Amino acid sequence: MTAVPLPTTAPPQWSPLLGRFSLEQLPFLHEPIVAATFVGVILGGIALVGALTYFRLWGYLWKEWFTSVDHKKIGIMYMVLGLVMFMRGFADAIMMRLQQAIAFNGSEGYLNPHHYDQVFTAHGVIMIFFAAMPFVTGLMNYVVPLQIGARDVSFPFLNNFSFWMTTGGAVLVMASLFLGEFGQTGWLAFPPLSGLAYSPGVGVDYYIWSLQVAGVGTTLSGINLIATIIKMRAPGMTLMRMPVFTWTALCTNVLIVASFPVLTAVLVLLSLDRYVGTNFFTNDFGGSPMMYVNMIWIWGHPEVYILILPIFGVFSEVTSTFSGKRLFGYTSMVYATVVITILSYLVWLHHFFTMGSGASVNSFFGITTMIISIPTGAKLFNWLFTMYRGRIRFDLPMMWTVAFMLTFTIGGMTGVLLAVPPADFVLHNSLFLIAHFHNVIIGGVVFGTFAAINYWWPKAFGFKLNQFWGKVSFWCWVPGFWIAFTPLYIMGLMGVTRRTRVFDDPSLQPYFIVALLGALLIAAGIGAMIVQYGVSIWKREALTDESGDPWNGRTLEWATSSPPPAYNFAFTPIVHDLDAWEDMKRAGVGRPLEGFRPIHMPSNTGAGVVLAGISTLLGFALIWHIWWLVGISFVALLVSAITHTFNYKRDYHIPAEDVAAVEAQRTAQLERLAQTQGATA
Amino acid sequence: MRAKLLNRARLLRCAIVPLLALPLAGCDWVVLNPAGDVARQQGNLVIVATLLMLLIVVPVMATVVLFAWRYRATNTEAKYDPDWNHSTQLELMIWAAPLMIIIALGAVTWVGTHLLDPYRNISRIDAQTPIAANAKPLDVEVVSMDWKWLFIYPEQNIATVNELVVPAGRPLRFRMTSSTVMNTFYVPALAGMIYTMPGMETKLHAVFNQEGAFKGISAHYSGAGFSHMHFATRAVSDQQFAQWVDSVKANKNDGELTRAAYLQLDKPSIAEPVHHYAGVTPDLFNAVVDLCVQPGKICMSQMAMLDAKGGVPKEAARLNVAALTYDKDGRATEAPVLPGSVVAQTDRFVKAYCSDNRPMAAPNADTQAPKTLDRLRGAGINQATGPRVSLAGPLLQPAS
Repeated sequence: MTAVPLPTTAPPQWSPLLGRFSLEQLPFLHEPIVAATFVGVILGGIALVGALTYFRLWGYLWKEWFTSVDHKKIGIMYMVLGLVMFMRGFADAIMMRLQQAIAFNGSEGYLNPHHYDQVFTAHGVIMIFFAAMPFVTGLMNYVVPLQIGARDVSFPFLNNFSFWMTTGGAVLVMASLFLGEFGQTGWLAFPPLSGLAYSPGVGVDYYIWSLQVAGVGTTLSGINLIATIIKMRAPGMTLMRMPVFTWTALCTNVLIVASFPVLTAVLVLLSLDRYVGTNFFTNDFGGSPMMYVNMIWIWGHPEVYILILPIFGVFSEVTSTFSGKRLFGYTSMVYATVVITILSYLVWLHHFFTMGSGASVNSFFGITTMIISIPTGAKLFNWLFTMYRGRIRFDLPMMWTVAFMLTFTIGGMTGVLLAVPPADFVLHNSLFLIAHFHNVIIGGVVFGTFAAINYWWPKAFGFKLNQFWGKVSFWCWVPGFWIAFTPLYIMGLMGVTRRTRVFDDPSLQPYFIVALLGALLIAAGIGAMIVQYGVSIWKREALTDESGDPWNGRTLEWATSSPPPAYNFAFTPIVHDLDAWEDMKRAGVGRPLEGFRPIHMPSNTGAGVVLAGISTLLGFALIWHIWWLVGISFVALLVSAITHTFNYKRDYHIPAEDVAAVEAQRTAQLERLAQTQGATA
Repeated sequence: MRAKLLNRARLLRCAIVPLLALPLAGCDWVVLNPAGDVARQQGNLVIVATLLMLLIVVPVMATVVLFAWRYRATNTEAKYDPDWNHSTQLELMIWAAPLMIIIALGAVTWVGTHLLDPYRNISRIDAQTPIAANAKPLDVEVVSMDWKWLFIYPEQNIATVNELVVPAGRPLRFRMTSSTVMNTFYVPALAGMIYTMPGMETKLHAVFNQEGAFKGISAHYSGAGFSHMHFATRAVSDQQFAQWVDSVKANKNDGELTRAAYLQLDKPSIAEPVHHYAGVTPDLFNAVVDLCVQPGKICMSQMAMLDAKGGVPKEAARLNVAALTYDKDGRATEAPVLPGSVVAQTDRFVKAYCSDNRPMAAPNADTQAPKTLDRLRGAGINQATGPRVSLAGPLLQPAS
């Protein structure tokens, strides 16, 4: 009766020593694709470890980076984490595109359901939690303290710990590739499918614990940045003189702190169902799977604004800087951001209009969703009128901004369309929906991240990024996006649904082939981006920026050297106006050249690495039901946390002479620069 | 006015869709050109909403390009005003313009959402034909299983697997649930989608305006066999439908859909071929919703009733638990629950306290169609009443 073989879903055997682990749980022993990947990863890993050892970089990395509490270094590490995980998520995307382009006319493609279903689940989880989130957190970490004239964040150790918890979550997701399996549930793991009855394996447990471990990091980082922005602004920087990026960062972190606990709670309930046999979300015994859907979207909708708000901030900074003008309508920009923050809590039900809510409930949530487009539209107009009567320099950050404005507008429009419940009834879960949210996430978050990287790279490293390869990347990415996702919009209107592995309608194949070509063009764009970074690092002498202010910036981060000294500012700047640095430049405020005093700084500590490492191990043991390891790592976690509280070497002072020496170097650098500029002029 | 708006949308669709589709000749945009009146109105709403938004999107995008070009740094002829950053008139405009569009779209949404509420009886066969006063909808009970669709026709007393045959021009009323995980019942040519969820009942009303063969799918991922979880949908004439029903009844190959046959069918299978049952055990759909098809298993509604009356003694509750028989692996027997085993967590169920585990049926709480359609304000539309997602519970009445 059955044409296609059924999957085996028998629960894995359990042993006291190894828990649910056995050789059968190693997919690379029986899946050739995973085996090839495994060999590649092992070889790459050996090469990397060998190179680090050969160049004796371990000590340097440990002392200068892994244990660093400097917000700048942590910000950069977040960006590296985001980029690595972005590659992984993109590899999943290409696999899906290839599968859907060939699985026609009875062909099963090259991925079986067990593999394909993991791929799309992992793609969503990785791109949201471990690529986009580290990108925005990294940007906020790097830029916010500099923009508000602070020396670091409020809780520097917590910052390091947050980063390593996020990394720990990413490690668990990556481990699922070769040890066991990842969830086959879709990125939000709706029960009952994600319940024990229908997903008895380790996949959903990987999902739960990677998000729980990373979620601790995200929540703490949110608290940290709120405290930083509220308490550590330079004197004179009132809330309404804060740079727009800092404003959006504040709103985003409020959203994080208010919404991530909901995610934590709903995942706790799901894990109780899976570990101790409660029935919150089971079919029987009075459980309610719909409650999970409801709760996870209460987190899930604010989450998309968590991603996009800081990116709106990036575009505000870039547009204003590269137009050579103050931002148009700063006040309305701030209010628009706050309004979006509040409204983002009133729309979550639009993710399940089709679950049978009444017409009045659906209308309410549809209309609140549409209302969000008003402040968003206002923002777009503000950028538009910032460009008006400007002198727009089309460097890479500005190119990405214009591409964003054109792309995101379409994405916003299809989003409002999906907010009309009867329209959602015919487009929900379709490829139209997929095209819509990639349109806003790629066109918004990803383009914005690239704008931000090109914009702030010179600040972080002291040299600009190569323009040529950046432009190659740009011209691959933007058309590539449209070629990849226009066919999805069209197929959505043809009633094609998401997450489908094989198709029986051959007329769809050309669309999927075009989408695959678009994805390959995007891959070329990613390749060009990596070349861009490589070439820029290689030719950094030629790209050096001595001034610390390569774009004629307007906010305080451009007031210091590139890269900034560990203490950011020798003296805390005093702010008199919005666009403080622009104001200082106009007023001819000079750098203080003497009277330096010792600077109080936080010390590096390995405690973050240790605690997050043990938490990751604890998560791993819980996933595999290795109870003895759960016990040991839990005790170890408590002991090391308590031990850390006895570490009294938490801070040190940079002596005044050292500060004076660094500042003297900077003075010499600026004089040299003035002379060369005078010579060329 | 609304009808006019939709008429205009239809005209525009006739103009726009072929234009867009020109390079893709031969493709079928079923969402915008469906065969059922409900889907047609939903598709029209897609077009109306898009056009409303294009009113603002097109000028904005054009202005972005214009400003980006005009105020490029190399164009020194353009005016440069670095300190200009505020204009009250412009601020008013940039907040008011999207607001206007959203007010219009909000009105369309409010009315459209109420008129096209899937729980509401349809009020018309198509734009020209209001529904006859004595029209009786064809009832179809839909159960999504791993990974196939079961359609029960209570009036005809037949059931089909992976095939939905309905008469065109007659209102259809679907009652839907799922046996295992969530799915979505979606026939793009007929009407928008609604979830099927275990232990819950959802509803959909629709009508086919054309005869023909269409495709039905699950639009919500449900596990390994999801991609094959589609069903043939045919809209036929009344006469053909009657003939088809007779032929199904005459074919005794698969026998009746008894509770035992249902449990057999419910075992996971992928790409299940179409087959038919010449008869159906009474009350089967209600038993599926109430999670008590399995003989000897307590119905959710009975358990809720017991709980409402204070529950049972703890010891009795513990002794009365056994392992579930219908799950993905098709484990077929009732097993004792051993503490510590995986079965103890996944497959438990509560045994019935008496042999008769008849389910409770939800009262039929269809929302009635509005009397008038030609107003844009929502005042003429009755509020929907009754339970939306019918959870079996103590509020429900025993089925007659």
